[in-house]
Amino acid sequence: MSAVVENHHDDHHHGPAKGLKRWLYTTNHKDIGTLYLWFSFAMFLIGGVMALVIRAELFQPGMQIVEPEFYNQMLTLHGLIMVFGAVMPAFVGLANWLVPMMIGAPDMALPRMNNLSFWILPFAFFVLLSSLFMDGGAPNFGWTFYAPLSTTYAPPSTTFFIFSVHIMGASSIMGSINVIVTIMNMRAPGITLMKMPLFVWAWLITAYLLIAVMPVLAGAVTMMLMDIHFGTSFFNAAGGGDPVLFQHIFWFFGHPEVYIMILPAFGIVSHIVETFSRKQLFGYSSMVWAMLSIAILSFVVWAHHMFTVGMPLAAELFFMWATMLIAVPTGVKVFNWVATMFKGSITFEVPMLFACAFIVLFTLGGFSGLMVAIVPADFQYHDTYFVVAHFHYVLVPGSVFSIMAAVYFWIPKWTGNMYDERLGRLHFWLSFIGVNVTFFPQHFIGLAGMPRRYPDYALQFADWNMVSSVGAFLFGFSQILFLFIVLKTVMGGKKATSEVWEGARGLEWTVESPAPYHTFTVPPKIN
Amino acid sequence: MGNKKKIILKLSGAVLGMYLFSFLLVPLYDVFCDITGINGKVTQTKNAESSITVEGREISIQFISHNNEGMPWEFKPSERVSKIKTGAMYETSFYAKNTTNKMMTAVAVNSVAPSNAKDFIKKIECFCFQGGIDLMPGEEILLPIKMVVDNELPKNIKNIVLSYTIFDSNLEHNITTDHDSDHVGS
Ligand code: HEM
Ligand SMILES: [Cu+2]
Repeated sequence: MSAVVENHHDDHHHGPAKGLKRWLYTTNHKDIGTLYLWFSFAMFLIGGVMALVIRAELFQPGMQIVEPEFYNQMLTLHGLIMVFGAVMPAFVGLANWLVPMMIGAPDMALPRMNNLSFWILPFAFFVLLSSLFMDGGAPNFGWTFYAPLSTTYAPPSTTFFIFSVHIMGASSIMGSINVIVTIMNMRAPGITLMKMPLFVWAWLITAYLLIAVMPVLAGAVTMMLMDIHFGTSFFNAAGGGDPVLFQHIFWFFGHPEVYIMILPAFGIVSHIVETFSRKQLFGYSSMVWAMLSIAILSFVVWAHHMFTVGMPLAAELFFMWATMLIAVPTGVKVFNWVATMFKGSITFEVPMLFACAFIVLFTLGGFSGLMVAIVPADFQYHDTYFVVAHFHYVLVPGSVFSIMAAVYFWIPKWTGNMYDERLGRLHFWLSFIGVNVTFFPQHFIGLAGMPRRYPDYALQFADWNMVSSVGAFLFGFSQILFLFIVLKTVMGGKKATSEVWEGARGLEWTVESPAPYHTFTVPPKIN
Repeated sequence: MGNKKKIILKLSGAVLGMYLFSFLLVPLYDVFCDITGINGKVTQTKNAESSITVEGREISIQFISHNNEGMPWEFKPSERVSKIKTGAMYETSFYAKNTTNKMMTAVAVNSVAPSNAKDFIKKIECFCFQGGIDLMPGEEILLPIKMVVDNELPKNIKNIVLSYTIFDSNLEHNITTDHDSDHVGS
């Protein structure tokens, strides 16, 4: 423990070390934030290529490009990489960069653990990706890895998959402990809990969710490991176990996990909306309460993913109503954002464009969420493309757009340079159109009955699948433009002021741009 | 910095606690299902005989058999549907034959639909209570069931389905046999 709680680091009063060693040994929150963000971007591109393999195969009915076995592996790895490799690390990266600056702290509370929790991630994903080259191929049972598909019928590489999930979990847990201790212990005097910026609040709640559910995920994969290798029967009916139990355990983790991927986005969007509306955020405390109630409710709705396993009516009704209840605090947030914009003097720079798209499209995903939450309707929608459309709406123009918005919003602070506004707008519009062309038609083919997770489909679904694939390639290739814009901004550009955005609120805008390697070594004065 | 250590300790405790909780979910799930009867498994009932009273109304009872994947035995109910009276003892059987040329052990798992009928089916004897069913190559057997449906069975239930699935108890980890020996259960 003592190594972990060690606070001061060697390079306290110097600038960064040179070369590769700087990144390997760094304990600086800004460096680690940058590492997380680049790692997430790399995973986003790898997971994206897999998505394009999937969409290329689905461009036309019939089997054209890949074997069904390989298709299943792409589908599985795409989901796992996007969730655990792209979205979650991006938010952790943003937390590293922003949380200390927003609360006036010199660094994260546990800098060495911070370094460790980042560097085990590339290793975890190396293990996961290397399973592609193993005997029997990569995991092929979907990102939800339901037993017995992931136990009795799984490829041998499943053991490596389990190992990598354990490492990812350890990384997330260490990251969360770090965030909580930082926020609880290192706020500058005067920043009370109810004065914290919403991004900090969102991350505090997210970190608690992670602490609560990542160990459950670890438990689930440990049970799988024991079923596979040690002859236990947690999920094996022949030995007295129950495969449905796996689904309960998985979704007990899985549903809070989807909120882990959206709460930080709520924080980001709140900051951007208030800045570009040039008004104070409407209903700060209701925002905090909304996030808290969403987090708590997220523990009692998991079985809405399992309406069709044969639960008794009372349980179906309970999970249906509990799920719908979540729409209430979610609605509060959406109304608050709209109220913040109301009568503001709004400008639409790129971060605001992404934030507005977030509000509209995330809400759309929330509505399809309400549709799948209706038990009798879900018997039809479950495991069709309608569900695929639902969760991609909340995750892509939801979580992913919020991350892009955050990058555009804070990159002048990180690099000292303004991004290219014209290219940024182009990137936004290409992404916006791409996302909708990809996922909107999936509502139609889902309602028409196309099941998810098959490499082939019946002829009547051909037209919309083709449209969807075209959209996917448009969206995918637009992200190369994003990469280009980010690199261009890192290299140079119009110099940013400290404030960056007119009237921006928050401590991070009081330090110069780019933010110095060490900020707030002396706590700031708060009025 | 004492405060910091305290938070870290508490959080680590929470992590450990949640890890253990995930394993606790396993027995909790069984207990929960047992109390509520929602997974439809009928277990041996202690005072099943006490349900044998006056004959009540007529209901129909249907038997279904499944072979789990990789289970080669022949397995079927002796009667598929029959009309029975609640409150009266009923006897029937399942036929099983080991069609392979090696000795095998099977395990049977049962399930009832609708699940709220579960509490009213009192089994006095069932092959599904035994640990395993051993059959020599080519051996066949009639597996007995003795049961009574309680008179208290909710009025709206007129039809009960009893389903039995048999598993090869050695095969459980061995289905993808073309893969390495990692997957052979112990
Ligand atoms: C108003 C809010 C929401 C409601 C009512 C809702 C409801 C549901 C329901 C009932 C399902 C299961 C559908 C089925 O499988 O038949 C589902 C699936 C899903 N939802 Fe949501 N949801 C909401 C918001 C979100 C958010 C914010 C996220 C993530 C950021 C999310 C991510 C997912 C994912 C990933 C799945 C599919 C998991 C899978 O089977 O692979 N949802 N949602
Ligand atoms: Cu859910």
